[in-house]
Amino acid sequence: MSSPPGEPRKIGYLYILPALLVYGAFLLYPLGRAVHLSLFEWNGITLGKFVGLSNYADVVADAGLRAAFGHALVLIVFYSVLPVVIGLALASVLQRARVRGLGFFRTVVFLPQVVAMVVVAVSWRHIYAPDGPLNDVLRAVGLDSVARGWLGDYTFALPAVGVIGTWFETGLVTVLLLAGMARIPKERYEAARLDGAGAFAEFFAVVLPAVRGEIAVAVTLTVIAALRTFDLVYVTTSGGPGTSTSVPSYEVYHRAFELGQVGSAAAIGVCLTVLIFVITLGVNRLADRGTA
Amino acid sequence: MKVVALATAALLLTAACTPGSDNPGGAASAPSTVKTDAAALGDVSLTVWDQEVRGGQAAQMAELNKQFQAKYPNIKLKRVSRSFDDLKTTLRLALSGNDAPDVVQANNGRSDMGEFVKAGQLVPLDKWADAYNWKSRYPASVLQYSRYSPDGKTFGEGDLYGMPQVGEVVGIYYNKTKLTALGLEPPKTWADFENALGKAKAAGELPMQLGNLDKWPAIHVFGTVQDKHVPAQQITTLAFGRPGASWKTTENTQAAETLVSWVDKGYFNPGFNGQGYDPAWQDFGKGKGVFLIAGTWLQADLQKALGDKVGFLLPPGASADEKPVVTGGTGLPFAVTNKAKNPDAAAAYINFITSSDAMKVLASTGNLPIADASSQQAPAGLAGDIFSAFGTAVSKEGLVPYLDYATPTMYDTIGAALQDLLAKKATPQQFVDKLEADYSKFAGK
Repeated sequence: MSSPPGEPRKIGYLYILPALLVYGAFLLYPLGRAVHLSLFEWNGITLGKFVGLSNYADVVADAGLRAAFGHALVLIVFYSVLPVVIGLALASVLQRARVRGLGFFRTVVFLPQVVAMVVVAVSWRHIYAPDGPLNDVLRAVGLDSVARGWLGDYTFALPAVGVIGTWFETGLVTVLLLAGMARIPKERYEAARLDGAGAFAEFFAVVLPAVRGEIAVAVTLTVIAALRTFDLVYVTTSGGPGTSTSVPSYEVYHRAFELGQVGSAAAIGVCLTVLIFVITLGVNRLADRGTA
Repeated sequence: MKVVALATAALLLTAACTPGSDNPGGAASAPSTVKTDAAALGDVSLTVWDQEVRGGQAAQMAELNKQFQAKYPNIKLKRVSRSFDDLKTTLRLALSGNDAPDVVQANNGRSDMGEFVKAGQLVPLDKWADAYNWKSRYPASVLQYSRYSPDGKTFGEGDLYGMPQVGEVVGIYYNKTKLTALGLEPPKTWADFENALGKAKAAGELPMQLGNLDKWPAIHVFGTVQDKHVPAQQITTLAFGRPGASWKTTENTQAAETLVSWVDKGYFNPGFNGQGYDPAWQDFGKGKGVFLIAGTWLQADLQKALGDKVGFLLPPGASADEKPVVTGGTGLPFAVTNKAKNPDAAAAYINFITSSDAMKVLASTGNLPIADASSQQAPAGLAGDIFSAFGTAVSKEGLVPYLDYATPTMYDTIGAALQDLLAKKATPQQFVDKLEADYSKFAGK
């Protein structure tokens, strides 16, 4: 008598074992190690000192770090909310208009994603410079009073960094949404139109519900990108002017590699991981509830 | 749930070992006797990690290594060169490994050399310094940049842990054509200099280029102003983060006020906090701006851009013959690790690349030798200015350290505080309070 297929059930673990080993070695072990290190005061060289949760207490108590987490949350608006709004608009236009050369436009919109972030940052640093192209344009149209050293301005540095993020992420979001919209059956549009829906009603009744899943994916990816921003800030402002664009990932790098406070850096990293995990979990719960 | 369980398991597995337990630390002890006859050391292989990878730096290293190899064929050099950033991030791990290099170029600062000394990974070189007479080769104001107490806590005093090859100093670059057009001579006193700034502004010129987006450039401008207001001894104590001085003095506040008054008078380019360091000096190179306060590291680039239209001078004092006080430092010093198999050979190598013959090689390859700079055959023009300026600063013991050396966090503190000060987000009083908080928290320990 042979057992039914898939029995014994436990054999399943054998199948996932190779992947699990890789996952464990390169993800779970480093994560566990980071949590472990975060409980020590350690300079990376000499014997560490066990300090329990005091690194975490410091993270909460440090006003500068709290501000850094605040900046990361502001960046979510620029990295995630704006790209999704712009992406929805762009994608529905591209989808509806059946423009000639759709492939070309899709490529152009997606292009920022292909360029390395450091290159992006260096270019935008040039654009934002006091005598850079942005200010040249402003002066050319008579807005001299608006022209400024954008990345050195206390009010505008963080939004200026954020706009780079918007520019960078919009392409990804648009292409994701385009793919989602392409799968909507024509019959639904037809039904909506027969019911007398205009372009806007059609968008809210047909398109938006259909791409809910894609929006969830886009939001998840971009929120993660916003919270772990490092290279962009590192290259454009180094957290300045003052500390007005400091972000948690920058602090992780700074403490671990420049100050030699490995434990504290690990604690910030763990907090950031938890924050990202909670937010993405929330986003996906929301999206799932809608489709169920 | 499984993920959590696995993570916990991983945690338990690692909890057994405290990080760093394979390296108990403690100061490395100096040898009791040293040998200086490198040829008699037998067959030795010497691994050297350096960061001399660019242009003239690479050329001098290659030349000196070739000469060393020819003179001491029994010592086999193995050179590993990396960029500054690569060296900085990998050295920490390399020194704790079993296969550590013998000679390394370590950054002077507390978070590098200071930490290595604390961990006992570098050997104090004083015995060799006596044997080779390094203390007369380099003045004390140069050697202080490589001195630490054996516990790594005091910087600028104590044992000698390294020997640098090159120097650098922050001075004033000036555009000769523009000065002449304004009817001015290169300033001989500080009053001349401030007067020239005012004249330039009145004539519609940009008095001074500053690009402070990267946070640190203003440290050099402030340091230059501070050198004229605060006694050198106090600056040295503050900048090495040693107890016994204070930021909250009238002199320091005055220095900050002077800098703010320069902003008020429009001496800097508009939007300087949003301008990058490189675009700023490149603009100066294109003939925009009369003065630029910057380090000797810009020499080659500015000479290329402006030719004989650019000059360099040490920040002048209250009178023309006053002893110079000027922010400066050394290139990365070469140090001997505690894992060096033959420390005598390592010291012999360091002796060779810092000898007066080596200084000649350095000068001829376009580097700024740290000793005997004035007596070298300096090329004409800007390089000549810089050689003689640096020579004067060193021979008159006028060097004061970079302010961001003070504490591990000072680079960020002072960089951000200066952006705040220059943008008038902080008053001079708040500025010195902020620096004092960082300094006293560290030096008070």
